[in-house]
Amino acid sequence: MTHGSGGKAMAQLVRELFAAAFANPWLDQGNDQAAFDVPGGRMVMTTDGFVVSPLFFPGGDIGSLAVHGTVNDVAMAGAVPLHLTAGFIIEEGFPLADLKRVVDSMAAAAREAGVAIVSGDTKVVERGKGDGIFITTTGIGMVPPGVAPSGDRARPGDAILVSGSMGDHGVAIMSTRDNLGFETAILSDSAALNGLVAAMVAAVPGVHVLRDPTRGGLATTLNEIAHQSGVGMRLAEADIPVRAEVAAACELLGLDPLYAANEGKLIAICAEEECDRLLAAMRAHPLGRDAARIGRVVEDAHCFVQMETRFGGRRIVDWLTGEQLPRIC
Amino acid sequence: MGDDMVRLRIRVRGRVQGVGFRPHVHGLARRLGLTGWVLNDPQGVLIEVQGIATTAFLAALTGEAPPLARIDAVEPEAVDADPAEVGFAIRHSEATGAVATGIGPDATVCPACLAELFDPADRRYRYAFLNCTHCGPRYTITRRLPYDRPQTAMAGFPLCPDCRAEYEDPADRRFHAQPVACPACGPRLSHPPEIILAALRGGLIVAIKGLGGFHLACDATRADAVERLRRVKQRNGKPFALMVANTPSAERHVRIDEDERALLEGVARPIVLLRRRPDGPALAPDIAPGLAWLGVMLPYTPLHYLLFHEAAGRPDATGWLGVPQELTLVMTSANPGGEPLAIGNAEARQRLAGIADLIVDHDRDIVVRADDSVVRKLGGAPAFLRRGRGHVPEPIRLARPVPPILAVGGHLKATICVTRGDEAFLSQHLGDLDNASTLGFLEETVEHLLHVLGVAPAAVAHDLHPDFHSTRFAERTGLPAVPVQHHHAHVAAVMAEHRVDGPALGLALDGFGLGEGGGSWGGEMLLVEGALAERLGHLAPLAQPGGDVAARQPWRMAAAALVRMGRAEEIVPRFGGHGPAEGVRRMIERGINAPLTSSCGRWFDAACGLLGIRSLAGFEGEAPMALESLVRRPQVAAGAWRIDGTQLDLTPLLERLLSARDASEGAELFHGTLAAALLDWTLPQLRARGLRRVVLSGGCMMNAVLAETLAAGFQDAGIDALLPRLAPANDGGLSLGQAWAASFAL
Ligand SMILES: [Fe+3]
Ligand SMILES: [Mg+2]
Ligand SMILES: [Zn+2]
Ligand SMILES: [Zn+2]
Repeated sequence: MTHGSGGKAMAQLVRELFAAAFANPWLDQGNDQAAFDVPGGRMVMTTDGFVVSPLFFPGGDIGSLAVHGTVNDVAMAGAVPLHLTAGFIIEEGFPLADLKRVVDSMAAAAREAGVAIVSGDTKVVERGKGDGIFITTTGIGMVPPGVAPSGDRARPGDAILVSGSMGDHGVAIMSTRDNLGFETAILSDSAALNGLVAAMVAAVPGVHVLRDPTRGGLATTLNEIAHQSGVGMRLAEADIPVRAEVAAACELLGLDPLYAANEGKLIAICAEEECDRLLAAMRAHPLGRDAARIGRVVEDAHCFVQMETRFGGRRIVDWLTGEQLPRIC
Repeated sequence: MGDDMVRLRIRVRGRVQGVGFRPHVHGLARRLGLTGWVLNDPQGVLIEVQGIATTAFLAALTGEAPPLARIDAVEPEAVDADPAEVGFAIRHSEATGAVATGIGPDATVCPACLAELFDPADRRYRYAFLNCTHCGPRYTITRRLPYDRPQTAMAGFPLCPDCRAEYEDPADRRFHAQPVACPACGPRLSHPPEIILAALRGGLIVAIKGLGGFHLACDATRADAVERLRRVKQRNGKPFALMVANTPSAERHVRIDEDERALLEGVARPIVLLRRRPDGPALAPDIAPGLAWLGVMLPYTPLHYLLFHEAAGRPDATGWLGVPQELTLVMTSANPGGEPLAIGNAEARQRLAGIADLIVDHDRDIVVRADDSVVRKLGGAPAFLRRGRGHVPEPIRLARPVPPILAVGGHLKATICVTRGDEAFLSQHLGDLDNASTLGFLEETVEHLLHVLGVAPAAVAHDLHPDFHSTRFAERTGLPAVPVQHHHAHVAAVMAEHRVDGPALGLALDGFGLGEGGGSWGGEMLLVEGALAERLGHLAPLAQPGGDVAARQPWRMAAAALVRMGRAEEIVPRFGGHGPAEGVRRMIERGINAPLTSSCGRWFDAACGLLGIRSLAGFEGEAPMALESLVRRPQVAAGAWRIDGTQLDLTPLLERLLSARDASEGAELFHGTLAAALLDWTLPQLRARGLRRVVLSGGCMMNAVLAETLAAGFQDAGIDALLPRLAPANDGGLSLGQAWAASFAL
């Protein structure tokens, strides 16, 4: 792919590539914007930029991730995602074949999630000014009446659930990037969670909190929720699902899987009496098969997230300022 | 003054309350025919004496001070005489004004009380709570100042007429002894000594309430009991301390020199690390696996004594205390899960239920938690490895008065420190700040220490590490915060206690501390002057594959060293049995979560890994302790180091270890050569700056072989080497150094 004088033809090609892959009635109108009708009620909107290395990883790539990430951010409001827009910044020299792979994967992800990419933009930057490709997606969705999960609604006594194993995406990325040569390939969990969320809010419309523990992992996300809600949390390490291969990789790398990113998992917090119903609804969905109750919300002026360890101790699962720095002197 | 009638008002400062100082003054005045009065006030003791022997009085005031008193200042001034005065009075405490006097640390049972304890005719015969002004609990039972019974855990025990008479008689050893008690009016034990002893002898684990918390005790000769204690406490390999009746009993197991005897028998009764005799009587193998030292302490509460008395067959009088006794107990802090010591009875029942077979408690509350202190002889003098019971809240005197500062220490082995004038009050060992209970203990301790000292801090000093809970606590205080780099604080702590007020060259030989700019430091040569620390040099960097994991898996550091030697292909054959060796090799070679560290502790780990000593450690520091244990005489591998500019590279030494005859030779080569290399690296820097003094600090300075070899080497070169003594060399001393360094920034 080239930029500059020959760029015009290339841009044309690229547009055609996108148009073919994402084809939908709104995009097909060929306008600089998409116009559509929406039902009345509460609308949510979110945007996210995607930068990932490597661009292709076991279980996904930057294209599917750009769809899943934004769909999930919409879904975590309890909403049904409607449409996405996508912006691409492509580095000069990025192989067209790779671009086609990314775009096709994106289109497939959108189709699977039941959302349309209704508008887009493409820019090509000089070689060295990008890292292959960056994607920004924006999404909107509608929230069903009576549904209002929010990070500030965790209450003492609530149950804390996760939809499946923790740390898969972060560890998959790391092991691929660094070619650590694990015998079993670890797959990213990248997935669109709107279907799971729809089943969950149908079962328990009053669910208090939904959040996807992406960057910073479960630990960071729970700390955010604890601070937003002004509560503490008590987790049981033994109840937190972590795949054996992820645990082994983390042991090697000296990382804590609770701080590793997830791209297809969610945290749900609900009233204790609704926990069983919610858990059943989650487990009935393919993306929530391994859902588990991992702890409870407690009163705590310090907003500490504490964990009962496997060895019977208790430790604070804190938020970290940066990467996992050593602490043992 | 001559023979004239003189009236003096005398201010006495120091630890002069609750130690029998007023009766001492009273007795002295009567003996010398002086009139006047004495009282306790928030600044200490105030005396007025009148008569002709006031000079003799001043001399005897300090010369004959009671055993637990510490006199910091005696300030006499002449005042107008009162010709009408008769007699000498002890006046009541004045509870107003700024509190400046200290509460004393807890002290072991004094000889006079021991005599009563084993005298069948005494009304306190076998009474587990006897004490007097010269002994017994202090800091751990005191809620607030001034130190008076209603402010202590004894508030709920009204004195019986007999105890009251003693308490009020200025001539009595128990005059104003706040915790005074007897079987008629004092606290009671839940189980008699015979039951406790029977349980111990039966191989049971017994939780015993002591001064600063509960201990878990068992018979040290019963392998089954010790093994079970280790299992239930989840204490992988960490050595257990022993309690024996007296020094002759200890000498069956360990060698003790005169200094060590003084430490062991001192009123503070710390755990003393002593070299084990190979020919000693058999003990359970699990007590201190693979270590050449045993931690030993002597009894310090009447209950401890009663257990040994029971075991000795309840002899009358104290003669039995001079001869060796069989009973040897393991006594370890009851702090399950690494959380702070259990102190409350209900708390103990709940937390120790699954651990102890029998819980021995009593109805005197522990107000302040305090672990046993741990000391060892290092370079010819004692040094603290852990500072706690018996020593808090003893102040450390500084070179000059500083603004009031609260320093909150590091992350592991946390302590806090509060300054007041030229005194620094280092708290007791608090534990590792990775759990909310220990953090709560820290917050509690800050509040209590500031209260009992009457200090309102002007600033809070903390480590540079953003993810230490101590750092976050400091931020929450809202006080002006002064960050102090970890190794600057290590060096400053030693400067503080040795009252070094000028520039000093410091070696911080440590595990890990965040450096300026985010680096991983730990083998640093720093030029420290006040608020500034210039990094003159450091040990050559080693990759630390996996960060903290490598601090518990010395084989990883050995792998990093092999990569440095260009022998990466040996990693898998050597360490394939210990874990994912190939993965670790890749992490090191590609720099994946393998931060470079200049840590001396990690070079130690690398040596241990290469020599096959504790390739997988149960706790941090285990491998280097085992390495040190193997040394009989340090040896130097001549020239097995490189000095590249400001860096000291020990790679040639590690290469040499690969051809060591055995682990012992390797250990001796490592210690001797490391010391020689450090000297070779440091001496030119000292000479270039005209400095005659070096400060040695950091966790590696707990290693007696290294500390002694290094200190002796500097001494031979005409350089004064200052070692950490009053504050632990490890992170337990950080808060003192933070406070001292921060004082220059205010
Ligand atoms: Fe340190
Ligand atoms: Mg977003
Ligand atoms: Zn006494
Ligand atoms: Zn009494």
